[in-house]
Amino acid sequence: MGRQKLTTPVSSIALVLVASVIGSAGAVFLKSGAMNLQPNVSSIVFNWRLALGIVTYMLSSVLFVKGMSNGELSVLFPMVSLGYICTLAWSRLFFQEVITRAKVMGIGLILLGIIFLSLANK
Amino acid sequence: MFIILFYVPTDCYHMEAGGVLSSVTVSPDAQVVDPHKRRQAALIVACCTLLIAVAQILIKIGANRLSRAGFLETMIGIFTVPPLFAGYCLYGVFTVLFVYALRHGEVSVLYPIIALGYVWVAILSAVVFHEAMNPLKVVAIAIIVAGVAVLGWGGKS
Repeated sequence: MGRQKLTTPVSSIALVLVASVIGSAGAVFLKSGAMNLQPNVSSIVFNWRLALGIVTYMLSSVLFVKGMSNGELSVLFPMVSLGYICTLAWSRLFFQEVITRAKVMGIGLILLGIIFLSLANK
Repeated sequence: MFIILFYVPTDCYHMEAGGVLSSVTVSPDAQVVDPHKRRQAALIVACCTLLIAVAQILIKIGANRLSRAGFLETMIGIFTVPPLFAGYCLYGVFTVLFVYALRHGEVSVLYPIIALGYVWVAILSAVVFHEAMNPLKVVAIAIIVAGVAVLGWGGKS
């Protein structure tokens, strides 16, 4: 197997990277929104954190679709895992969640698995 | 397995005790949730990744039709291209369940669990679209599942 020419445009790579960082921020907003929920309709509808989380999440998906629509999946796919690493940092910053060895190991394994998966999809 | 069986009753006690204690002592860590609910949250997200996988397949099908579309066209496409629309609706259902799970679980544990979606995509594309399943794919699936298991385990700290 010869070395293939890189067929994934830089713009696609940038889009997917931005999408995964934004997506992790969306999860953070969703979390802070979820903590503020009370069992009544107005607390759900007028919850700006939740709304921001959903908007951020949607924006991330749109950018993701744009990025994935041209380019090699095997290159773009593993970049999604950047979002998981970001979440680890965000959750420590904003929610005082502890970074345990198990979390680092788990995310590491997931990352490895995603890389293998994208190689297998080639 | 035995450990889990013995742990569940004590978790219930913790829930009772935690409710009283947390109102008396001002804990610096506001994230203390009882482990039983936390595990439940992880399980909810893990199950919901099947929704994500179906949504992603639908979105990919839809995205292929929009490969030359601009940003605005892509936005409109979400509502006019049926597979895209269906995909995003499933995402909506997932989001509701995800928010519910986030109330009791840690975001640093629950968010990466979504990666199980890739496992479902691989399985679905082999079963539904009859894509070839090679050994590397099987290894990759096993590693991701192991990663999620380690993550779910470690969440209880």
